[in-house]
Formats: sequence, structure tokens, C-alpha cells
Amino acid sequence: MSFDEGYTTPDGRTIGGVLMEMRNITLKFGGVTAIKNISFDIRQGEIRAIIGPNGAGKTSMLNVINGFYHPQEGEIIFRGETRRRMRPYEAASQGIARTFQNVALFQGMSTLDNIMAGRTLKMHKNFFWQMLRYGPALEEEIEHRKVVEKIIDFLEIQSIRKKPVGSLPYGLQKRVELGRALAAEPSLLLLDEPMAGMNVEEKEDMSRFILDVNDEFGTTIALIEHDMGVVMDLADRVVALDYGKKIADGTPDEVQSNQDVIDAYLGVAH
Amino acid sequence: MDVLYSIFIGPFVDMFSTPDFLLQVLWEGFVGGTLYALIALGFVLIFKASGVFNFAQGIMVVFGALTLVGLHEAGVPAYLALVLSVGVMALLAIGVERLILRHMVNQPDIILFMATIGLSYFLIGLGQLIFGGETKSMITEQLGLPTGTTTIDVAGGIVILQHIDIAAAVIAIIMVAALAVFFNKTRIGRALRAVADDHQAALSVGISLNQIWAIVWFAAGIVALATGIMWGARSDVSFALQIVALKALPVLILGGFTSIPGAIVGGLIVGFGEKLFEVYWGGLIGGGVEGWFAYVIALIFLLFRPQGLFGDKIIERV
Repeated sequence: MSFDEGYTTPDGRTIGGVLMEMRNITLKFGGVTAIKNISFDIRQGEIRAIIGPNGAGKTSMLNVINGFYHPQEGEIIFRGETRRRMRPYEAASQGIARTFQNVALFQGMSTLDNIMAGRTLKMHKNFFWQMLRYGPALEEEIEHRKVVEKIIDFLEIQSIRKKPVGSLPYGLQKRVELGRALAAEPSLLLLDEPMAGMNVEEKEDMSRFILDVNDEFGTTIALIEHDMGVVMDLADRVVALDYGKKIADGTPDEVQSNQDVIDAYLGVAH
Repeated sequence: MDVLYSIFIGPFVDMFSTPDFLLQVLWEGFVGGTLYALIALGFVLIFKASGVFNFAQGIMVVFGALTLVGLHEAGVPAYLALVLSVGVMALLAIGVERLILRHMVNQPDIILFMATIGLSYFLIGLGQLIFGGETKSMITEQLGLPTGTTTIDVAGGIVILQHIDIAAAVIAIIMVAALAVFFNKTRIGRALRAVADDHQAALSVGISLNQIWAIVWFAAGIVALATGIMWGARSDVSFALQIVALKALPVLILGGFTSIPGAIVGGLIVGFGEKLFEVYWGGLIGGGVEGWFAYVIALIFLLFRPQGLFGDKIIERV
């Protein structure tokens, strides 16, 4: 693994050094091995895609990154330091935010409240001020509300600010979920199938938002996606998994022409 | 015909022939209802955030009141004893989170429920060990709570209002309003609702479940302490109070386990309903209706609207 100072993408963006590195990660559930000895890295400012057929271990990998699962073997190096076993909320406090494959919003709450909840870690006024909702706690609330309104503008969801998210169409729910993740101002954003179940128009919108997030805020993004067309358009580098093993890692073109990847997707006689 | 008359007509004739007495009954129903609502609120807080029906809520009411009275008996000034009791409820909340909930993450709900039954017996034992099992009376006057009565002339007669009842109703209303604002308008309140909706998503935005659980149990402890003081002031502080606290169960079935407004409305329905029924219909079946009336309403609700008046709709996807 080389530690060079990044590279330049075909469209002229500069990608920095390694932000997160997975070293020989193995994850087992009882007798089932979900991830076998996988290593790859995510670089500062890049859009990194993780692809693979169903059951390849993509979501497990994401869950390892954000602390839901703890690998039995291997280590994760984040910002140059080996990460100890941590809980998801600790991962969140280190700047890792995520969305879920099956939208996991707070169904009973409004769009605004969902995104405000995403700012939990940015708000610090203590319990007793909160109880009173007065003085510093109120000022803090207003200050963060402003940031949240900006995110709402950015994602073009002004019209659904006060609606309970449970009543929104799926495509919009996905957008709100992205907003909630953005509210934490993450340095690493994990997206688990951000386009799943969307029509072409919604996919185009979502692609645009992902590119804009990366471009405007410099956020590093790791995403899982099935739609190869989308992956080819968005990703700077792609890692392909199959049956818990890494079968390819490189630029979209390299991965797309890799024989193992083609076999994994189309199926071959074993 | 006599039977039909005494069920369908007689009671209403009684109500309107002596409206002052009706008002008195309604007032007492209202006060009882606010106290039921307050107890139910303690259950709802914990159920919302952790999905656990906290069987120990009733004994927490007794334990809170006993701590207060016990400390005062030991010579601590009343207000200091109140502050210390709040502290004890905070310690209890932290203890419950550290020693019980933390080890039960991802266990089925029934296991958590059993744990709260265990907790309730532990608290009964601890309470008796420290404060003894005998009935105590609430230190109403020392806490500056009003005693005495006001008589008002209304509707051609009089209605007698106990001052302590007025205080109880006012305190219950303030607490409910404060909790509603806290839940809806603050970061921690949002975090509580977030945890209630989706554990995983809550974790992913950086909410610590452990912290939230401790806060929720503390809030439920405060509600329990307030209920204990008010209920204790109306009768006595004894372990029998926890039976009264179980009346919160039908209140919750009426209002829905996850709804704060539901707890309030449910409490009021039970409060008004059982008083009216006891006074005007109770005689037909020999009285003692108050003990079971709430449960019958709850049963009827379970038949026709199992999610309660305001609860989350139960939808199964097939």
C-alpha cells in the first residue's frame, strides 16, 4: 500500500492522501464469514464506490466502518490512527455519517426535526438549559436551525419542511436522510444504495446532490450502488466484492473490464 | 321497566336535579384524572424511548415519596429533602441504565419487561429495609403545599375544593406542559424521539443510547416523585400506592402507549368515568365500581381500537 499524496481525477479534482484504510478485515457471524480478509483505502476528497452482487458483504463493510459491526480480524486506520473498537455514536462523533439501505428516518418527526437530529453532535448546551429551553439553549437552537435551513435549501426540499417524513414518497425520504447525514458536517459520508428504488429522474437528482456535496463541501464519500451506470458516472475509484472477498479495485474503467467482476455480475459455471 | 329507568334515565335526572353535586363529582374526577395522567406519563416516557413497559414505575412513585418522607424524618429540612430526593431519583436512573439496560441491548422486549419486574421487587425490598414497612404521612405542610378547603357557591349549591387537589392539578398541568415543550423543542427531546423511532438511525447520527436512557429514567423518576408527593398528600405514603399506580395500565390502553397527549386524555377519561359511574350507577350493583371500572373501559378499547386513542397505528405488512 503506497502512501503517496493522492492523485488527480480525469475531471481535474485533486484527491488527497489516505483518510481511512481497511487492513485485512475479516467479519464472521457464527459460522458465516461475511467479509474475508479485505483491504482497501478511502482517500481524502474522493468518491469511492463499493459494488458487488447481493450478499457480497457491501453493507457489512459499511457497518464495520461506522461501528455497528466489529471485525474479528484486521484493523481500521482512520486519519493515521488505528481505531479502537468503537460504538456507532463514537464513530459519528469522529465525523462519520451515513444513510441506510432501507431508509431509516425518524418516521414520526418532521423533515426539519429529522435534520435537526442530525446536528445532535454539534449542539452542546447542557441538560438543564435544555430543560428550561431558555438562554444559551435557545440561542443554540436558533443558530443550528439556520444551518439546517441551508441544508434544506441545498437539497431543494423547502416545501416539505414541516411534513412528517413517514408520509413522504420514497425518493424524498432518501433525500431527507441525506440531509440528516449532511447536518453532522461529516468528513466521511457513507451512502448505502442512495439510488435504490428510484426512477431515472430521481436518480439524476440524487447523483447531482452527491457530486455537489463532494464538490462544495469537499466531503469524502463512500457509496454502495447497484446501478453500474451511476457508479461509472460518480465514482473516482471502485472496489468490487463477491462472496465477501475483494475481486477488483481501481478506476471505474478498470473494474468494469475486469473479468472477475463481469463473471460475478453475469454468473459463470463454477 | 324499573331497571331500565334506573340505568338510562334515573342517573341523568339525579345529575340535573342537583347540578352542584354533579360539579363536585366532576371536580373529583378531574383531580383523580390528572394524577392518573401523571402516573401514565412516567410509563409513556420510558416506553417511548426504550420500548419497555416499566413495571417498576408504580414502586418508583412509592420509593420517591418514601425517600422524601424518610429523609425528613431523619431530620433533614423539607426543601433540602426534596432536592436530595431528586438526586436519589437521578442516581436510580443512572444505576438502572448502568446495571440493567446496558446489558440488555437488543434483547427481546419481554426480557426487559421481566427485568423491570425484578427491579420493582428490588425497590420494594430496599424501601422496606431503609424506611420500614409502616405507613407514613406526607410532609404536606412542611413542603409549603396548601391544606384546607375552599367552598364556592355555584349552580344553586356549593362545591368544596380541597386546596391540595387544586395544587395537584396545577402541578400536573405544569409538568405535562414542560415535558411537551422539552420533547418537541429541544435537542435532547429530539434525541429522545429519535431513539424511540429507530435505534440504529439514532446511533448513526451520534446519539448515545446510554445517555438517553439515563435521561428518560430520570425524567420518569421526577414524574414519579411528583406523583408520590401529590398522591401521598391525598392519602398516605405506603406500599399500597403501587396498586393505584397500576391503574395507569388502563389509562395507557385508552391513550396509546406512545402518546403524551394520550396519557393525559386517557387519565382524564378514567378519572371522570370512574367517579361518575361510581356515584350514579354504582348503587345498582352494590358499589365498589371504582376499583374495576377503568379496566372494563380498557377491555372495550382493546376490542375496538387496540392502538388506543392516540397510539401509533398498528399496520402489519404482509
